[in-house]
Amino acid sequence: MSIEVRNISKSFGAFKALDKINLDLPRGELIALLGPSGCGKTTLLRIIAGLEQADEGSIILSGEDASHKHVRERHVGFVFQHYALFRHMSVFENVAFGLRVKDKKERPSEKEIRAKVTRLLELVQLDWLADRFPQQLSGGQRQRIALARALAVEPQVLLLDEPFGALDAKVRKELRRWLRRLHDELHISSVFVTHDQEEALEVSDRIVLMNKGRIEQIGSPREIYNEPATSFAYGFIGTVNEFRGRVEGNYVRVGEDLLPHGRTDLHDGSSVVAFARPHETEIVKGESREGVAAKVNRILNNGAITRVELIANGDARQGKKDYFEVEVTPADLAALELATGEHVRIKSRRLSLFGENETK
Amino acid sequence: MAGAAAHLAPHSGSATRFEANVATRDAPWVKYTVLTIGLTYFVLFLMLPLVAVFAEAFRKGWEAYLAALVEPDALSAIKLTLIAAAISVPLNLVFGVAAAWAIAKFDFPGKQFLISLIDLPFSVSPVVAGLVYVLIFGAQGWIGPWLSEHDIKIIFAVPGIVLATIFVTFPFVARELIPLMQAQGRDEEEAAVTLGASGWQMFRRVTLPNIKWALLYGVILCNARAMGEFGAVSVVSGHIRGETNTMPLHVEILYNEYQFAAAFAVASLLALLALVTLAIKTYIEWRAGLNSSVETSS
Repeated sequence: MSIEVRNISKSFGAFKALDKINLDLPRGELIALLGPSGCGKTTLLRIIAGLEQADEGSIILSGEDASHKHVRERHVGFVFQHYALFRHMSVFENVAFGLRVKDKKERPSEKEIRAKVTRLLELVQLDWLADRFPQQLSGGQRQRIALARALAVEPQVLLLDEPFGALDAKVRKELRRWLRRLHDELHISSVFVTHDQEEALEVSDRIVLMNKGRIEQIGSPREIYNEPATSFAYGFIGTVNEFRGRVEGNYVRVGEDLLPHGRTDLHDGSSVVAFARPHETEIVKGESREGVAAKVNRILNNGAITRVELIANGDARQGKKDYFEVEVTPADLAALELATGEHVRIKSRRLSLFGENETK
Repeated sequence: MAGAAAHLAPHSGSATRFEANVATRDAPWVKYTVLTIGLTYFVLFLMLPLVAVFAEAFRKGWEAYLAALVEPDALSAIKLTLIAAAISVPLNLVFGVAAAWAIAKFDFPGKQFLISLIDLPFSVSPVVAGLVYVLIFGAQGWIGPWLSEHDIKIIFAVPGIVLATIFVTFPFVARELIPLMQAQGRDEEEAAVTLGASGWQMFRRVTLPNIKWALLYGVILCNARAMGEFGAVSVVSGHIRGETNTMPLHVEILYNEYQFAAAFAVASLLALLALVTLAIKTYIEWRAGLNSSVETSS
């Protein structure tokens, strides 16, 4: 099922959770709603499901306006962050619930229910837990049961609200991979909410990046990572070095230092934020006017790439980001002969600039 | 009352662990002093009166005991008590569930006020509660003249007694359910709705099983109070023998007439009710404890 979000706004008192959101989600994709906490992503998900009412705008499911449809008529499967399994029912009964509450004429026979629940439990690889109660399961198992329960009613779309948020790192990674595999098998349109960029980048087909009730960028994980459209997107996804300063010709003046940039459409004197990924940043030694002065703090040498952590010199930072990170190849590292505490300069071949008040 | 939900889940075993540990154990004399004080108090103020009730009731033998109970006025008092409880308990059950549901699952203006208001019958003296009804429905009350014109009797009649009983037993069920339902949140209900359950299916299959032990507990306490209430009922009853006397009122009348054996015989019934209530309550706590120990054993 395709989901269209039209002009959705929602406020909680004076707090604007969603501000005129427009979104087209085609069928069959696994989509991540990514953003920091409080950005409105969970509210948007709950509005799509019908668990929350939007102040204005409409939700169109499969081309049909569903804004005033009851939750139970929307055919969405919802998976909650804290599982929300029925605590007094066995795992089997939890999964069977959606089938048992169907109208008499639609309700499958006891035999069909048994077969279907068993099949779903096999799908989530937990058929051996059918007689247990939710409290006897681990968090990861509970969430898989919650997913099986949601799938039992054959929803048109699957909505997952921070599905792995309450799990520890290792289980999270495992379930992520498993969710991706499951999606490749079932091809059910899915939207999941997360604040974990790594999760979004790894699992989803497309990412909707949100901030303060607005959409910052929509794109594939590659696009989001490699071509961040806004300064927020740059700062939120991946590790990044951030410089704030003013434009001076072909340079950005950061404190007393000058960073070269390639853009020509900027006015002298305008405030900008410049970003560079660690692998796009380089360290230069010796007398040079170019680059931001910094001191080598730590050299982390684990793996093929060496990460060098630097501290900005006092005047350059002005209370902004203190640390820089640069990724150096072994060959470059040997040539540089870096030592901890050494004063160097950093600059970038691929500096991305955003005006202080610019969003695009 | 507010703490009642807490002792639905007793923490068994922690005392034993505390005692077995040399580092946390108290000196023996502390233990025995505390035990002695506690037990003496318990015997003096709880056990002794209870034993006295039954001893006095049977003082003149079985026949006198039975005679006091089957006497017409006593039977009518028992009947009236049962009627009052049979009406007020189901009403307060429905109200309690509705109020707890509204408070736990919805946000609305005046919610905090409603929570405080539910406690009113606990904080106000039962006598005042009775007087309020007299003031409204009595001959000199607000709608008293209208009622007497239409020949409707409320004060000094069964309806008044039922009303007073409802008032004093109003909070029991709601008070048990509110903290529990607030703690459980609405995730499970939301899950049920997304799975296609109707409002009634959601309540019967998800909400009710989750609150059933607290609900039973509230009903038991509500019933005990409904049958034992004296103050409020006394004000509105008018003490008409064989007509508007409940068991507690009947006990008082017998006692004032120096019929001690008969008074204690009826009182023993009330005491028995209390014991049965305690037994059921303990059973419910034990069952609820079993449930919660399953929940925490993961």
